Amino acid sequence: MKIIELKQDIFRENEVTADGVRKELSDANTLMINVMSSPGSGKTTTLVRTINMLKDKYKIGVMECDIDASVDAETVQKAGAYAIQLHTGGMCHMDAAMTKQGLMELDCKDADLIFIENVGNLVCPAEFDTGAHLNITILSVPEGDDKPAKYPLVYEVSDVVLINKIDAISVFDFDTDKCIERIKACNPKSEVFLLSSKTGEGFEGWISWLEGKLGGR
Amino acid sequence: MHELGVVFYVIKDVKEVALQNNINKVNSVTLDIGEVSGVIHEQLIDCWDWAKKREPVLEEAVLKINTIKAVTFCEDCKKEYETVAHGKICPYCGSENTYLLEGNEFSIKEIEVPDEDN
Ligand SMILES: Nc1nc2c(ncn2[C@@H]2O[C@H](COP(=O)(O)OP(=O)(O)O)[C@@H](O)[C@H]2O)c(=O)[nH]1
Ligand SMILES: [Mg+2]
Ligand SMILES: [Zn+2]
Repeated sequence: MKIIELKQDIFRENEVTADGVRKELSDANTLMINVMSSPGSGKTTTLVRTINMLKDKYKIGVMECDIDASVDAETVQKAGAYAIQLHTGGMCHMDAAMTKQGLMELDCKDADLIFIENVGNLVCPAEFDTGAHLNITILSVPEGDDKPAKYPLVYEVSDVVLINKIDAISVFDFDTDKCIERIKACNPKSEVFLLSSKTGEGFEGWISWLEGKLGGR
Repeated sequence: MHELGVVFYVIKDVKEVALQNNINKVNSVTLDIGEVSGVIHEQLIDCWDWAKKREPVLEEAVLKINTIKAVTFCEDCKKEYETVAHGKICPYCGSENTYLLEGNEFSIKEIEVPDEDN
């Protein structure tokens, strides 16, 4: 038998593609944001409200990759964004090659802002760079304040954590301070916003932070 | 579920190498997997055994896993320690100012193929 050495790094290949995607978007003055969460934490609902508040000022695109992508794509399209659904082919996450393909299909060249609604799961999306400039994780109150302790990696790679469904906080035994402390233990630099995508409470802070990132567009 | 995704990457890469080298049968594929890469070995092998059947070149290929120990370095006392036993906090000086030196690898080390004259 003969041995062929490969020494091929599985994640490295994706990182190179991701860096290429990121650079191309930066050159086109487009900000891309990858949104991650468990199923049902409120990715689509949060995107819809965010789009509604920004659509008059910015051109926004959305790539929907979650299980119910076709429904979600329609929903965000109605909200006023350019949307497509991507088929991850049973994959549990988006990777940079899929993003690249998706961007071509989205055909939204002069977009100011593009969101990826990643597959609803906290493990796999965290390990694969999508080529986005910023990572956001949504943690909803019913999931519990100890989520960051259970799934540290996704919080380590997140620039922003949105604690969603705060309208339901009185029903659940959710310790906000402890939760923020646990998020910061994973990434001391992460920004945390408390909001409700249902009522709109807390959106000013998140939107003004986002507009800061969009600055000048 | 993640393991299946990773298996697809491995299959894609091995198929490319096989094609470039005119190989029509692979006997085994060896992966280097870090202790803290988050990949579950048993699941990986299950996914492999399922997925390889769809690829004629890999039908009989055995997946071998070479585990790489995770080592963390402490910036304050400049010592190295075992990540799995102690986590982020240095067992020598109690500092949290540490980083992973190795142990989150996930790469294809090598493949075994039959000798040409077989
Ligand atoms: N009470 C409450 N429900 C919410 C909030 N945001 C989303 N939901 C509900 O949670 C469910 C899942 O939301 P969705 O946006 O589809 O989650 P996704 O799977 O992450 O995209 C839906 O029934 C939403 O109406 C919120 O802030 N408060
Ligand atoms: Mg959704
Ligand atoms: Zn130390």
